[in-house]
Amino acid sequence: MKRVLQILALAVAIFAVVFWLAAGAQRGWTKTSIPVRSVDEITGIEGITYKKQFVPGLDFLGAGLLGAGFLTGVSLFFREKNKTKTNRTSIQQATTKII
Amino acid sequence: MTKQFTALLVLTALGSSAYAAPLTFDFKDPKGVNNAVFKLDAPLEAISGSANGITGTVTFDPEKPGDTKGKIVVTTASLHVPNSMMNEHMHGGQWLDVAKQPEITFEAKSLKNVKTTGDSTSADVTGTFTVKGVAKELTAPIKLTYLKGKLGERVPKMNGDLLVIRSTFTIKRSDFGINPSAPQDKVSDEISITLSIAGASPR
Repeated sequence: MKRVLQILALAVAIFAVVFWLAAGAQRGWTKTSIPVRSVDEITGIEGITYKKQFVPGLDFLGAGLLGAGFLTGVSLFFREKNKTKTNRTSIQQATTKII
Repeated sequence: MTKQFTALLVLTALGSSAYAAPLTFDFKDPKGVNNAVFKLDAPLEAISGSANGITGTVTFDPEKPGDTKGKIVVTTASLHVPNSMMNEHMHGGQWLDVAKQPEITFEAKSLKNVKTTGDSTSADVTGTFTVKGVAKELTAPIKLTYLKGKLGERVPKMNGDLLVIRSTFTIKRSDFGINPSAPQDKVSDEISITLSIAGASPR
């Protein structure tokens, strides 16, 4: 369980960083729509409409890294079962050899 | 007889041009291009958005641009920022209270420092700006561009003129009771507004 949580934490952190970087490393808040500008040829006015698009911001990156930190923290409450098993197995093997 | 008739026609034409009524421009834009951009530049956060629900009428006399008067109305619910949660907060009771205050208006009363070059007029407009039910008098620089006979090029099968109005001015949100207790390092007290609108006067 400990290992699973740590791997999950790493995956969450990597996903948050890669997604934030790939979407343009937006330094402000996360955007759920982006402005689309078009110029009216007669009046010269730049019209603005909005297109739905998710652009992760620093809050998204922060939440991702915080989530990863939380998972890592939770993982510390679990004991490593595999390590104990390995130790026991090696002790058993040594005992068997001696016998 | 023909000479008298011609003279009468010329006099009538001169008379009508001398007392030509100012043109009325309707700012409900069928193309939806008219917009007002707002920017708040706080030390910790910059917020920008726009509004496109613009209506209103302006009377403009090409011979006397200094006599321009009118009222521009912005539908409060049309104010948009790119973050949906921020948008909800902005429309809520603490900020713009869209449900109770559906309109932001500016009523132009007088123009000063009028300078006309060709079809363009620059001036300082004084009028009443109303946001969230609070009305304040303000003066802002304005540029009017009269595009005679250009309506047909923009809206097919229509004849008439266009009037483009551009203005950039600053207001303080605390003056209009827009969540005055909000921290100014996060949400700037000063709001810069840039208005770019075109009105039509069909013939």
